[in-house]
Amino acid sequence: MIYNIEYETMPREALESIQLKRLQATLSRVYATVPFYRKQFTSAGILPGDISKLNDMQSLPFTTKKDLRDNYPFGMFAVPMDNVVRIHASSGTTGQPTVVGYTARDINTWSELMARALVAGGATRGDIIHNAYGYGLFTGGLGVHYGAEKLGASVIPVSGGNTKRQVIIMKDFKPTILTATPSYSLHLAEAAEEMGFSFADFHFRYGIFGAEPWSEDMRQEIERKLNLTAIDIYGLSEVIGPGVSIECHEAKQGLHIFEDHFIPEIIDPDTGKVLPYGETGELVITSITKEAFPVIRYRTRDITTLNPEPCICGRTHVRMKKVSGRSDDMLIIRGVNVFPSQIESVLMQIEGVEPHYQLIVEREDNLDVLTVMVEVSENMFSDEVKQLQQFENKISKDIKEYLGVTAKVKLVEPKSIARSEGKAARVIDKRKI
Amino acid sequence: MQAEQISIFLENKAGRLSEVTGILAKAKVNIRALALADTSDFGVLRLIVDNNAVAEQALKENGFTVRKTKVVAVEVDDRPGGLFNILEILKNAQINVEYMYAFIRQSGDKAVMVFRFDQSDEAITVLTENKITVINGKDLYKL
Repeated sequence: MIYNIEYETMPREALESIQLKRLQATLSRVYATVPFYRKQFTSAGILPGDISKLNDMQSLPFTTKKDLRDNYPFGMFAVPMDNVVRIHASSGTTGQPTVVGYTARDINTWSELMARALVAGGATRGDIIHNAYGYGLFTGGLGVHYGAEKLGASVIPVSGGNTKRQVIIMKDFKPTILTATPSYSLHLAEAAEEMGFSFADFHFRYGIFGAEPWSEDMRQEIERKLNLTAIDIYGLSEVIGPGVSIECHEAKQGLHIFEDHFIPEIIDPDTGKVLPYGETGELVITSITKEAFPVIRYRTRDITTLNPEPCICGRTHVRMKKVSGRSDDMLIIRGVNVFPSQIESVLMQIEGVEPHYQLIVEREDNLDVLTVMVEVSENMFSDEVKQLQQFENKISKDIKEYLGVTAKVKLVEPKSIARSEGKAARVIDKRKI
Repeated sequence: MQAEQISIFLENKAGRLSEVTGILAKAKVNIRALALADTSDFGVLRLIVDNNAVAEQALKENGFTVRKTKVVAVEVDDRPGGLFNILEILKNAQINVEYMYAFIRQSGDKAVMVFRFDQSDEAITVLTENKITVINGKDLYKL
């Protein structure tokens, strides 16, 4: 099934002509309304009118997460606040989160894209969708919610957490589609088992999983344990939220990017050079229909490959491979974005703590576990065990408070964190992604 | 009247204690008393040695986090009720013992206990008033 046959199966030539028109309109608009973009274009010596074919956009400067932060909170909005009907923000940070806005039309666009995504992932009007993505500033919960309503499916806005109640709901309400982070879905499977239930007795057909990287191995495990077909969905709040791309359940070979709304490029993360289809690099996205928060050549930092070959499902939109990594040091812990530098600033705010630390990420019982190793400095070392434990608790509490992730804190001896060329290896990610 | 103790932060992993004792052996430092407090991740090793300055320097040079702490060494009658007697005095004076451990002594009818109090000065006063011998640092290291 395809939700919007006209646009999702549009011949490439027609699609590209729509892309160009929409790109040109977006560029003119951001040039006129967002001082940041006007400055960017001016310093690159480009006027919106200079873009006369799609390839011309390669001369436009990139936009980075730092640019969004520098314009916190509403500096990148391209419409007056009067026209903004919704605000979301990236996971909290000690610095500045990135804030995104939506007009009523943006919400409508997003709902349509999520409806398309749900259908590509196997959903129909008749389905009951158990939506275990978090509701709130995070785009996951509301993104799926609006898409499900647009489609006309029944949505259970269960959000994250309260796992036992979720299991009871799955048993009693008989939902047929599960939307959650992949790690939480496995957690649900275990909780169900502990409560004496099996997913084999539930009624799920498809699960649509995203917001964190997951491997093919994990897909197989989820499909086996949850007795459903697992579909990968991709998105990021800076671009729109979930619904940038989705696998079709027919092929499960790459995620179709909704190209009538987004233009994807793959670049070499070091040189910024655009790479041809088939080559692996960093995904860069330009939104071409958004009103409140358009992004021009936004560097997602996600590593993938684009595949333009026709797909058996009939969609003509290019497919991106499952994201295989990041071109920066961002970690995704249970769906929350964490940069090592954020942990560092939490540590630096605690008296006596020196910034000698290491982050270890593991997957225990299918959930991400973050351990922060902190070297004990002379200033923080007390003869009393309880004071050292208070340090551990304080660090853990502050990380939870500022970053929204749970971390185990482990005090270690000075100089025990391996250093290479004098610089400590900050992150050891033991998850198999 | 207080004595000085050396505390060392140790990760809970094999070989760390042996490493500390090896460093002290090389520096010709004699360990007179020792106690280890531990959690699942780390421990704090507390030592009374015959030469604090040498011990501290040797350990720091080898990358250990070291801290000197004031403790109180107290003579305890080496008979049933000897320790009880002292703890009763402290309890009545509402002085809290953070931790304590025994000191090795080769002869005599008195044992020595090393105490860490939250209020050391008050503890020394009340113990002395009750005719309990508090051993000063210099004497302790030579015992």
